[in-house]
Amino acid sequence: MIADTFLIVTLLAAATVRGAAPLVLAALGGLFAERSGVVDIGLEGKMLTAAFAAAATAAVTGSVWIGLVAGIAASVLFALLHGFACVTHQGNQVVSGMALNITVSGLTVVLGYAWFQEGGQTPLLAPGARFGPIELPGAAALASLPVIGPIYREVISGHNLLVYVAAAAVPIVAWLVYRTRFGLRLRAVGESPGAVDTAGVSVSATRYMALVGSGILCGLSGAYLSTAHHASFIRDMSAGKGYLALAALIFGQWRPLPTLGACLLFAFADAVQLRLQGTPLPFVGVVPVQLIQAIPYILTVALLAGVVGRAVAPRAIGVPYVKER
Amino acid sequence: MSPSSTRLRLDWVAPVLLPAINLTVALLLSAIVVLLIGESPGRALRTLASGAFGDAESIGYTLYYASNFVFTGLAVAVAFHCGLFNIGAEGQAYIGGLGVALFCLGAGSWPTVLVVPVAIVVAAVGGAAWAFVPAWLQAHRGSHVVITTIMFNFIASSLMTYLLVNVLIKPGQQSPETREFAPSTWLPQLHDVVRALGWEIGRSPLNLAFVFSLLAGALVWFYLWHTRWGYELRAFGLNATAAVYGGIPPAATVIAAMAISGALAGLMSLNEVMGVQHRLLLNMPGGAGFVGIAVALMGRNHPLGIVVAAILFGALYQGGSELSFDMPKLTRDMVVVIQGLIILVCGALEHALQAPIEALFRAARAE
Repeated sequence: MIADTFLIVTLLAAATVRGAAPLVLAALGGLFAERSGVVDIGLEGKMLTAAFAAAATAAVTGSVWIGLVAGIAASVLFALLHGFACVTHQGNQVVSGMALNITVSGLTVVLGYAWFQEGGQTPLLAPGARFGPIELPGAAALASLPVIGPIYREVISGHNLLVYVAAAAVPIVAWLVYRTRFGLRLRAVGESPGAVDTAGVSVSATRYMALVGSGILCGLSGAYLSTAHHASFIRDMSAGKGYLALAALIFGQWRPLPTLGACLLFAFADAVQLRLQGTPLPFVGVVPVQLIQAIPYILTVALLAGVVGRAVAPRAIGVPYVKER
Repeated sequence: MSPSSTRLRLDWVAPVLLPAINLTVALLLSAIVVLLIGESPGRALRTLASGAFGDAESIGYTLYYASNFVFTGLAVAVAFHCGLFNIGAEGQAYIGGLGVALFCLGAGSWPTVLVVPVAIVVAAVGGAAWAFVPAWLQAHRGSHVVITTIMFNFIASSLMTYLLVNVLIKPGQQSPETREFAPSTWLPQLHDVVRALGWEIGRSPLNLAFVFSLLAGALVWFYLWHTRWGYELRAFGLNATAAVYGGIPPAATVIAAMAISGALAGLMSLNEVMGVQHRLLLNMPGGAGFVGIAVALMGRNHPLGIVVAAILFGALYQGGSELSFDMPKLTRDMVVVIQGLIILVCGALEHALQAPIEALFRAARAE
């Protein structure tokens, strides 16, 4: 009984880590954009673009690396388009984000259908053309140890490269945002762009850089979906994960570490829901899977409502900066 | 020439010429996508147009789709006028549909003349109720309505899946949908009405809800521009600080705007649930809530513009299915691409195009 429970907990933890990786990457991308004062509803669209570009390129070239570069490039391209509309031309940031999400949800299927004739999917990737699991050193040697062995083997080791990239991205982004000159400007631009402008730093350039950062991270996130988690692009495969990442970013109050926590929480809820599938729980009976699926969204609304804590957005978020002439 | 008279004469640029130019730009961008696929954009456009307006049946389908988009477009526009972006029309329509379905399931023995007005109220109240929570949170807690309405779309979708799979499903059936309502609760379809008058036209799902959508447009126009509440709503949207200073109650205005917006979205379910399907299906709104954003932007948030834009989108949806039939390489998803590009060009890039065009006109006048 205890051994069973331990096994289930270990597997749940491993599933949580795998599920959190794309959320973490996209949410950190959103963190760059939103801390610079640009609303980034387009996380979903950028993920989907990157997923398609990465899988299509990897399928054609047979190289997962070229696929990754293509995924990031496509995602950055859309981030720059968002910047062109919202930073250069002071367009409505939410409208622009929705426009990208909707365009991409159609475009990826149209192109995929026309180019590969597989009903909107991309061809299945060969094992060499996708990110496979990586065995960390010592996983085999430690395997015989009780408790630590299985935890190390299942939860820490054995994931694909992009999971570790996601893990590394958290401290890197935290360092960039809080400990570098760029980070200081980024945060200042999101709070008080006028002051930054007065100091002689370009608001537009800083926001564009933030959007490129968002593009790169969403690119990694999308590539994870189609070339690591799955072995092809499937229509609408981001399936709301971009919005979930946005919710995690808000739930994490636009800070890297709490955002990681929110991503893990949301991914855990998803892992539990997949595992339960109608199995009755002690005391509460069968919990509807749909209720568990809705938990992240309900929690985010509760947070925004101030029921649990308080979410304070960057002050200049959503406001296009108009330089005085 | 004084600046004010220049502005006066340029008035027609914004409502007529700009949408036309925007649409052209969006279609040109779509043509590039069609070329990328290796098809002819000209042939695609011809197929689209004949598929949407070729005969009575296609026109019926076009207007049936348009009915949905008039409702959701009006929903987005009313919120826009108050300075709010309601992304939740999809969820609000879904919950409105839940109300209508529950009512129709229970009102099988009622006469149609009684069912229809009650159903209108139920649909509106359902949609408004789903918009109320985000509205209240925006008004009293400052929670941004964009984010909360997105979250409420997902919550509505989970709730409805649960209800349809576990509660409302017709017993002994696999697909998650309710049983069919009694025929007395169906909205009359145009081809039946016309047949009763002695003519035959092609069968299409076009029904009484299209008339309701036009009435809703007229009512929204009257409300926004000819009532005190509409004035308050627009004043708040233009400048919240000045409106509050002028004595307009901010919380009540925001909640009223969102409730009306949600009610309009909820009314969309009359067309789908009572007019066509006669049962509640999974994913009933089918993305119409998001089309509403494009329709409102393209129609420049004016009911007349919204009706025109909704018919255009209805044509895209109907013509799009014809397109995928005739040109198999172009799937219906092409319509979604065009929809996204229209939102991009009319919404996000509006300043990018407006400024140079107006400058051009001013330069031409100055000479």
